Amino acid sequence: MAKVEFRNVRKSYGALQVIHGVDASVADGEFIVIVGPSGCGKSTLLRMVAGLEAITEGEIAIGDRVVNALEPKDRDIAMVFQNYALYPHMSVYDNMAYGLKIRGMSKTDIDERVKRAAGILELGPLLDRRPRQLSGGQRQRVAMGRAIVREPKVFLFDEPLSNLDAKLRVQMRFEIQKLHRQLGTTALYVTHDQVEAMTLAHRMIVMNAGRAEQVGTPMEVYDDPATRFVAGFIGSPSMNFLSGKGAGTGRVALAHGGIVRHANGQVDTGRDVVVGIRPEHLVECGAPDAMFSAVVELVEQLGADTLVHLRHGEDAAVVRQPHSRQREAGTTMHVTADPARVYLFDAGSGARIR
Amino acid sequence: MIENRPGLTLVTHAVLWGGVAVLAFPVWVTFVASTLTAEQVLAAPMPLLPGGRFFENYVEVLLHGAGNSEAPAWRMMVNSFVTAMVIAIGKIAISLLSAFAIVYFKFPFRMFFFWMIFVTLMLPVEVRILPTYKVVSDLALLDSYTGLTLPLIASATATFLFRQFFLTIPDELAEAARVDGAGPMRFFWDVVVPMSRTSVAALFVIQFIYGWNQYLWPLLVTTQESYYTVAIGIKRMIAGGGDAATEWHLVMATAMLAMVPPALVVILMQKWFVKGLVDTEK
Amino acid sequence: MEKRVVFRSWWLPYVLVAPQLAITIVFFFWPAGQAVWQSLLAQDPFGISVEFVGLENFANLVADEHYLASFQVTAVFSLLVAGVGMSVSLLLAVFADRAIRGAGLYKTLIIWPYAVAPVVAAILWLFLFNPTLGVVAHWMRALGMTWDPLLDSGDALALIVIAATWKQVSYNFLFFLAGLQSIPKSLIEAAAIDGAGPGRRFWTIVFPLLSPTTFFLLVVNIIHAFFDTFAIVDAATGGGPGQATEILVYKVYKDGFKALDLGGSAAQSVILMAIVIALTVVQFRYIERKVQY
Repeated sequence: MAKVEFRNVRKSYGALQVIHGVDASVADGEFIVIVGPSGCGKSTLLRMVAGLEAITEGEIAIGDRVVNALEPKDRDIAMVFQNYALYPHMSVYDNMAYGLKIRGMSKTDIDERVKRAAGILELGPLLDRRPRQLSGGQRQRVAMGRAIVREPKVFLFDEPLSNLDAKLRVQMRFEIQKLHRQLGTTALYVTHDQVEAMTLAHRMIVMNAGRAEQVGTPMEVYDDPATRFVAGFIGSPSMNFLSGKGAGTGRVALAHGGIVRHANGQVDTGRDVVVGIRPEHLVECGAPDAMFSAVVELVEQLGADTLVHLRHGEDAAVVRQPHSRQREAGTTMHVTADPARVYLFDAGSGARIR
Repeated sequence: MIENRPGLTLVTHAVLWGGVAVLAFPVWVTFVASTLTAEQVLAAPMPLLPGGRFFENYVEVLLHGAGNSEAPAWRMMVNSFVTAMVIAIGKIAISLLSAFAIVYFKFPFRMFFFWMIFVTLMLPVEVRILPTYKVVSDLALLDSYTGLTLPLIASATATFLFRQFFLTIPDELAEAARVDGAGPMRFFWDVVVPMSRTSVAALFVIQFIYGWNQYLWPLLVTTQESYYTVAIGIKRMIAGGGDAATEWHLVMATAMLAMVPPALVVILMQKWFVKGLVDTEK
Repeated sequence: MEKRVVFRSWWLPYVLVAPQLAITIVFFFWPAGQAVWQSLLAQDPFGISVEFVGLENFANLVADEHYLASFQVTAVFSLLVAGVGMSVSLLLAVFADRAIRGAGLYKTLIIWPYAVAPVVAAILWLFLFNPTLGVVAHWMRALGMTWDPLLDSGDALALIVIAATWKQVSYNFLFFLAGLQSIPKSLIEAAAIDGAGPGRRFWTIVFPLLSPTTFFLLVVNIIHAFFDTFAIVDAATGGGPGQATEILVYKVYKDGFKALDLGGSAAQSVILMAIVIALTVVQFRYIERKVQY
């Protein structure tokens, strides 16, 4: 087990820089999720830890060793690939044993480790099968088994659940959590799915366009997003963004009518800002108390919740209501929110205004 | 099919059996001739049902050859077999290696080498016989297994086939192997080669037949009878002049012997044969 | 298509390609270069004097009526082999595609001639058509036809066409069958619902959809007839009677090895190489088109 450190890590392909200096440190035994939209550089970052991509600039350290110059096999890591990358011509047993065999481990030790991992993952009856005879979930488990038997310092997961159907994904998410509790090995986990990130992570690194926009626990990221991108990416349905201008202490005038009260102190009057309020924090109220009023465009009943889609000039907003109230499209709805739950972002840079 | 007309079905099977019969007819006649005496074959028309000399004729050619050629057929069969095996295995081996290098490494001149191999696709041995013959004779490889096989071993087709196949192997497999600690050659032996089994089998069938059936090249590089392959030997058995001088019953026995091994390979390994044909022409 | 770079070594890839490159250089590029160089030289048969003559060998060839005749024979021969072979194969493939019962058996029974060596194929048919003892020749005589491939050039050409076609049928058959089986059944069913009978369906739906296969086979068959038939000609007719069946490949061999006209033979080699390259380019254009489908 070991900590992992990123020190100003950069990656370029020729003149094109795809990772712009990531700094982060992962504590021993921590489960870190790197999350972001596709193309944000999250997989590249993980592959740099694995040694599958060269590090252009900066350092990555595993434990106390800087691993920049080390081959993957010398980094003491194990990786679970998105498409599992099981050797199709080998049995489940041989797939799991292969890395140990190459390292020259004795047959009895290999057997013991493979059997133990198979026990943990309930793969015992499948050891003689070939990968193509397994279901998606079983293949996924074998891929994890192959990583476990190595007893590495760090586990690397590259979108391991994205090839599974929704139901299996939830189940495997649970199993990965259980496994991590059992083994306690440091883990880096890449995903584009914010629900996976929220549920699995001790802490998460939210990436966008080659930058780590925020590093923090799921609740920190949810409650206190550092940028407009993070605020919009985490949470479902995503945060509502409404354009406005500063209008004195604790007040922002919306571009399409209405005044939002907030708890962020002084914003220069006339400064362009973006107001962010999560759908679950918008509440319906009477016209006199409303921060703004808007036309109901569409109502989606989700059972427990109802999503009311509002049109507010050029902006749109969603209100999440806990229980369904009859709402007709075309009617007007008045909404407000707790000023403490109102976030402000710079209209240009997207940086949080506090 | 959509129509269920019994008449059409009957025609279908009639046409197919007709085709099969026409294709098989020459071989049947050959087989019959190989079981007759010389006189029976010369009696025009010869009978179309097998005679009683099957054993004698085949023993005769296998042990003593026929006509002008003193080389016994067993010797020619051995030569053909060796030639075919060396060509098939050699081609597969060097093509696996070069395709692996071209797909899994980036190195200076990679594309140049690739095109060098590619161009050979356009130069069948037939169009450059004389200079190739000269090279082989300068290297003192005439009348040797090396001379018979080596010039036919380079094969753009096989290299291409393997390259295409390797490109379909997911990148993650190589990466997983790297993480598992396998170097390039270990990955080659433990993963790439076992995964290429069906391609190898398909190519083997095609190349074995190609090697067994070579004619022009062995014709040029072999002068000693001990190096004759069946394809060459059988031609030498036919007397240049009159028909009477040719021992047709023995020639036909040799023809059967020449046909059986590759035909067996095709029929027994039909699945790979079809795959090989289709893949190599892509 | 490129792989992500996975392995790094400055020497290993060179070692891996070395065997193939060595053979390619020694037995392909060196001889091909020699052929080009030789084609520009004139040498007497005993190798005593060598003289650089530029394109004279090519000029001689173009002016040589034997060479032009050989070209013509090759063209007629190739077109006949391709035409007859493909028609027969298509017929068999269409019916094999129809046959629900026994399709696998028919396939096995039709593909084996591919395994027969061209020289053996030639000898088989030579034997059947031998004017004095051939079974088929006997039947033809009984029907009142005259037949002597040793004397009649048309008969000789027919003999090698039959032998070459017989050997190629299985190859064409396999590709046509694969082509037919790849046509979606729903298209045929749609045409049937539109009221087209089997014959009409074949000509208006199946045949047009087969055209990529047909074109591909045409090129392959022509290449086959050009180059793979040396053994058939050598064994069945020896280029005779006269030069009636002397196809280009055979003439390269005869002029080079029998007549020892090295420059002329080399010039012919160069022309043949040009033809193969042209045909290969055509074939690759076809592949490119196929990829776009």
